[in-house]
Amino acid sequence: MRSIIIFGATSAIAEATARLFAQNGDRICLVARNTEKLTRLGKDLTARGAKEIISTSMDMNEVNQHAELIEKVSQQWGKIDIALIAHGTLPDQKACETSVELTLAELNTNAISTVALLTRLANQMESQGSGTLAVISSVAGDRGRQSNYVYGAAKGMVTRFLQGLRNRLAAKGIQVLDIKPGFVDTPMTESFTKGALWAQPEDIANCIVKGIEGKKSTIYTPWFWQWIMLIIKSIPEPIFKRLKL
Amino acid sequence: MMIHSWGRYPICESKILNPDNDISVTDFAQNTTSDWIPRGLGRSYGDSALSGQVLTSKNLDYIIEFDPMTGILTSDAGVTLASLLKVFVPKGWFLPVTPGTQFVSLGGAVASDVHGKNHHGEGSFCDHVLSLKIATPTGMVTCSPTENEPLFRATCGGMGLTGFITQVTLKLNQIKSAYIQEVTHKANNLQEVMSLFEEHKDATYSVAWIDCMATGNELGRSLLMLGEHAQSGGLDAGQPGHLSLPFELPISPLNSFSTRLFNQLYYHRIRSSVQNKTVHYQPFFYPLDGIQNWNRMYGKKGFVQYQCVIPYAAGYQGMKALMDEISASKEASFLAVLKAMGPSNDNYLSFPMEGFTLALDFKYKPNVLALLDRLDDIVLDLGGRLYLTKDARMSEKMFKRGYPKWEEFMEVRESYGANKHIHSLQSKRLGLSS
Repeated sequence: MRSIIIFGATSAIAEATARLFAQNGDRICLVARNTEKLTRLGKDLTARGAKEIISTSMDMNEVNQHAELIEKVSQQWGKIDIALIAHGTLPDQKACETSVELTLAELNTNAISTVALLTRLANQMESQGSGTLAVISSVAGDRGRQSNYVYGAAKGMVTRFLQGLRNRLAAKGIQVLDIKPGFVDTPMTESFTKGALWAQPEDIANCIVKGIEGKKSTIYTPWFWQWIMLIIKSIPEPIFKRLKL
Repeated sequence: MMIHSWGRYPICESKILNPDNDISVTDFAQNTTSDWIPRGLGRSYGDSALSGQVLTSKNLDYIIEFDPMTGILTSDAGVTLASLLKVFVPKGWFLPVTPGTQFVSLGGAVASDVHGKNHHGEGSFCDHVLSLKIATPTGMVTCSPTENEPLFRATCGGMGLTGFITQVTLKLNQIKSAYIQEVTHKANNLQEVMSLFEEHKDATYSVAWIDCMATGNELGRSLLMLGEHAQSGGLDAGQPGHLSLPFELPISPLNSFSTRLFNQLYYHRIRSSVQNKTVHYQPFFYPLDGIQNWNRMYGKKGFVQYQCVIPYAAGYQGMKALMDEISASKEASFLAVLKAMGPSNDNYLSFPMEGFTLALDFKYKPNVLALLDRLDDIVLDLGGRLYLTKDARMSEKMFKRGYPKWEEFMEVRESYGANKHIHSLQSKRLGLSS
């Protein structure tokens, strides 16, 4: 039985992953904004076999509330084995281009709040001497593109931050896992037309669990995104800047 | 966008809505002003889940409660049977009734009142349902065999035409193992397989694969598969296979030649007249779930399923008349399944009745539609009917004669205001949407 805390627990990918944890008989602390959804998810996970559920309603942008929660959970359960950070939004790129406030708010939600969380969680795990930090970033963070560079910049920051953190914590036996999903069919992407490259949240969840168990550093999910992004990253900038991507 | 169900025929322009809580479902049911139909995983074959707007249960997939003392489970209707099995098989529980695929939603299983290989003993899915919550155009209603019974009878097997099922309570069965003791009997012809069904009516599970291309003395040669839950072997949930057909084949490999060849090989794979083996429940119940999107095998135009049931009394002569017509037509049915069914239940539009059911699938083409019309006449004469879940083409007359309780069904639809906007292409074709 592992002690797990999930931020953004009601996002589709987090829910699917939590169900796999529950089936394994883990105890799970769920953190998200919507209390009604948290209650439903908590019952679902209990029926699926979760040993214990703690639900906390929190807006992850309230960074001054993070410390107390992490403290409370690690005291109650003795330690935190896995922290999965899954909260986020998909910014409206066009709207961000004409609003500094919106752009900064999106960067706060998708990058700054995650960095704040990671800083506290890293110290907690360092003092435990064990643990896994698993964070959902995105393939969008691999290269800035005109269609969603606010999102890409936020996710890119998370990826870079994780890289440094991994370098710092590797010697302590702490896993820092960067999860980079491609297109996933979730409520966040409801308005998109879905094609062959789209994956289901359950597929991503399976990859996350395997990534944690396999002590991986970075995973692209599904796997083929590694190759797609390799191509996208290797296009020279003078050509890339002229592409409509 | 354009949508279709499992048979990939017909295709319909539809607006897809994915509500994520009961309140928005009820709001929608009460306030929408144009045609809509609930939709689960789109695993019905024809036009039952096609309409101008479809309301899916995709985001309503939370288990609400499970009592390990009684096996009683309450869940949102969007949960799939596959995910329930994954959770509950390792805990020693199994679905009381399961159709031939696990990729259906709980709500879809209720709306089709699905049956399985144990129909002769356990009845159909809804015989194990204790209660339902339905978002009707008059609001959220709870119903059961004792509370608001007409709504329950109309909803079980009612193809979503009474409202949107949001919640289902049912009782699971206890198992000791995830494995099945399978016994396969070889039957040389139709007469033999029908007597084998009779001889083995106490078996928990029974179904026959039947070679529809065989003629003469071999007409109806089959393999009868019987199954019992094993007592040991572990409770692993297993995995459906990972093969997938990523796109539809431009030319379908299924034709009368390949089907004849397949049938020949399949029938002769069993050497002795009886074969015993222990198999995992996944391949036993869901042989086709191992190949995702197997429906694409039939090519661009899709395929039609045809499943009829004829009463016991019509027996051998009736089934022979159907088989003669099929084998004479030379149209190849790649999959053909025969099963003896137990008594019908009180639900207004549930398919099963005591007798024999035959399920076939054909690549879509005009000749096939003509054959199915001829089969309809035989089925009607014998006092039988067709399964709505697999239907894409039967006539209103065929439906109304096969389902004499359709008028009671319509009364329930009216009393909950469901006749105003809840319409599928099927309900319009069958005269349930006037």
